[in-house]
Amino acid sequence: MIIQFICRAILLGVPLLYGSTGEIITEKSGHLNLGIPGIMYVGAISGVVGSFLYENACGNDIANMNAFLAVIIPLLCSIAGSVIMGLIYSFLTVTLHANQNVTGLALTTFGVGLGNFLGASLISITKSELPSIALTKTSSFFVAKLPFLSNLGGIGAILFSHDFMTYLAIAIALVTSFIISRTRVGLNLRAVGENPATADAAGINVVKYRYLSTCIGSAVAGLGGLQYVMAYASGVWSNNAFGDRGWMAIALVIFALWKPSFAIVGSFLFGALCNANNYVQGLGTETQELFKMLPYVVTILVLIITSMRKKREHQPPGSLGLNYFREDR
Amino acid sequence: MKKQPAIELKNITKRFGKVVANKNVNLTAYRGEILSILGENGSGKTTLMNMISGIYFPDEGQIFIDEKEAVIASPKDAFDYKIGMIHQHFKLVDVFSAAENVVLGIEDGKYNLKESVKEIKKISEQYGFDIVPEKKIYTMSVSEKQTVEIMKVLYRGADILILDEPTAVLTPQETEKLFAVLRRMRDDGKCIIIITHKLHEVLSLSDRVSVLRKGEYIGTVNTAETNEAQLTEMMVGKKIALNIKRDDPKDAEERLTVNSITCVDRSGATVLDNVSFTAKSGEILGIAGIAGSGQRELLESIAGLQRLEYGDIFYFDPKTGKKESLRDKTPIQIRNMGVRLSFVPEDRLGMGLVGNMDIVDNMMLRSYTKGNSLFLKRKQPKDLALKIINDLEVVTPGVSTPVRRLSGGNVQKVLVGREIAASPTVLMVAYPVRGLDINSSYMIYNLLNEQKAKGVAVIFVGEDLDVLIELCDKIMVIGSGRITGIVDGRTTSKEEIGLLMTKAKDEGKEKNNG
Repeated sequence: MIIQFICRAILLGVPLLYGSTGEIITEKSGHLNLGIPGIMYVGAISGVVGSFLYENACGNDIANMNAFLAVIIPLLCSIAGSVIMGLIYSFLTVTLHANQNVTGLALTTFGVGLGNFLGASLISITKSELPSIALTKTSSFFVAKLPFLSNLGGIGAILFSHDFMTYLAIAIALVTSFIISRTRVGLNLRAVGENPATADAAGINVVKYRYLSTCIGSAVAGLGGLQYVMAYASGVWSNNAFGDRGWMAIALVIFALWKPSFAIVGSFLFGALCNANNYVQGLGTETQELFKMLPYVVTILVLIITSMRKKREHQPPGSLGLNYFREDR
Repeated sequence: MKKQPAIELKNITKRFGKVVANKNVNLTAYRGEILSILGENGSGKTTLMNMISGIYFPDEGQIFIDEKEAVIASPKDAFDYKIGMIHQHFKLVDVFSAAENVVLGIEDGKYNLKESVKEIKKISEQYGFDIVPEKKIYTMSVSEKQTVEIMKVLYRGADILILDEPTAVLTPQETEKLFAVLRRMRDDGKCIIIITHKLHEVLSLSDRVSVLRKGEYIGTVNTAETNEAQLTEMMVGKKIALNIKRDDPKDAEERLTVNSITCVDRSGATVLDNVSFTAKSGEILGIAGIAGSGQRELLESIAGLQRLEYGDIFYFDPKTGKKESLRDKTPIQIRNMGVRLSFVPEDRLGMGLVGNMDIVDNMMLRSYTKGNSLFLKRKQPKDLALKIINDLEVVTPGVSTPVRRLSGGNVQKVLVGREIAASPTVLMVAYPVRGLDINSSYMIYNLLNEQKAKGVAVIFVGEDLDVLIELCDKIMVIGSGRITGIVDGRTTSKEEIGLLMTKAKDEGKEKNNG
């Protein structure tokens, strides 16, 4: 049962890991993108639309489906959808100097609305009786496991029994961590987020960095939405099932102190905390809801501890949430 | 040897909306010389230099570098022309180390901090810097940060260096050290342009001086052939007396006594350590010290904005002669006690005025508790606003213009005017002439002198030691939250004050070593 608990925690944690890695990339450039929940939602529905069209094109027969296409089409659709969201955000905040918080919240509302609209449209196309779309065939390609390693007992189950997107999430987080802390691009990115005027004077293209990091961050976050549908929900899309995972991803950024490598551990911990209510005996419905608040309680604790310790390296990027305009005096 | 022109500006014009910041400026700087750009605040010095360093782009005119026309559209272009600018407000990332800041934005080959650290140490030795490449910026002193800024441009191989008011935050000793470095660079064949409004620095450091006034180029003179009076006339456009009058204090009596107060900040560090002094009526008490040595906390303690750990502050009422403690009182309680305390904080638009409100509303911030009516009476504050605009020559479109839209000097006049209008018995001003032109500065000095003549105890926190020495009756020097000395303004020297300013720091170092 403990193995099952851990596996489940990882499965629940992966969308959060995508979301928070994406948000960290974005926030490092000084963009507090509160649109992440909407972007993850759009990332999910874009992937769903892509695979829906591909499944239909193959006549809904798994035999006609190409494994590579079945995976890559939803992936690319998801990335395209969330990059468009990231572009909207960047255009509004960087080019038009709109308030970041307002823009982000608007994108979240917009993204959820768009997702539900597309979801409902697909449901009405399929004339399904249930308020959901099942893309189980595509999902089966997503959750294909490594054939031999997962049979290695408990350890094997924990380490090797996951869908490929779980490993991709960890890889992205590690690579991001390396880029941010060890490379020139990372140094420039951090400078843009800490002090854009300084970065600008040093010859760094602030606009380019902010656009790119926001769009790349959105793409990564959007994959979290797709992973949720394809792996966690076994390819079943129903409106609003994604819940508050986007917000949890943002909380996880704070928990991880803006470090993607911490986010890996944090996401699994959050996954475990979200799931703990199912493993504690004798909980009433209302106490279960209390349990679901645990990730946020932990985040608040981290906030309290870090603000008490006052270590400068553990603070958010210096100009987080502030727009930069060079000739603004 | 013929002088090599490093950079030439021809007919440069830059506008911000309707405001012309630079108009037809012509300027030449040669290799192996130090050129000073002299001008009052708002005369367009910084704008001009920002165009050379690629922050702004000129609307008209040409820039020549090494006698070839150059287009500098971004800071990166400026680096390619080997132009380096050291900004007045440091452009450093606080959480980065010195080395990370130095290599920031350089796009060549591999990213290798260790190699860079070696290179930085080599340059340090060449010019005689003190720099620890691994040290984080937020742990550095102002002078160390400036060293990092200079290192940044040298590391990129700059041979045209522009320094924007580099001495504004340095002690006299640190300034001398900086000048020594600059002279060494000049002898190395670099072209150095220094922006300043301090005349004596211009005279002691530079080879030639170019003067700007209201965005226009006035002329260039050789430093050896000029003097303060001529330069001031070029800068202001008319002759002005540069002497601040100082009358002897009349029947000075104790007004405010600060008795060994100690304050700690939120992180638990001691910001004021056992500070004691007395401010007398009819006297100007100057406070000198490196920025951030506890000046702000000291004034805030008196104003009732800081919690005291130890010590007490007593106010002597001039009418009743009663001695009253101000400890643990809020500003409102202090006012209700009948203590007439006026405070001009250094952060004008943060603590002094509300930027988005107009002049009348800002006047009301001091009087809103008066009267029992349900509605506000706007007549009196409006009259006061008009009086201040008239008396202090505030340039504003009207009384209902948001204060934020006024220039720095005019904002300061509104604030000082309001505080003086409350006819205080104690007037505290922090950096009242920061960002003001010479005329406005002298107007503020005169206002302070008027208050002094009225028997007000004036406490003046300043940064320009020359002004402090000319204006104040007594000068108290604060270093790292401690009083390192109180000297007589009539007999002291800049060197004496400078030594006192750094005294606490050295003592602290010894303590750590010992």
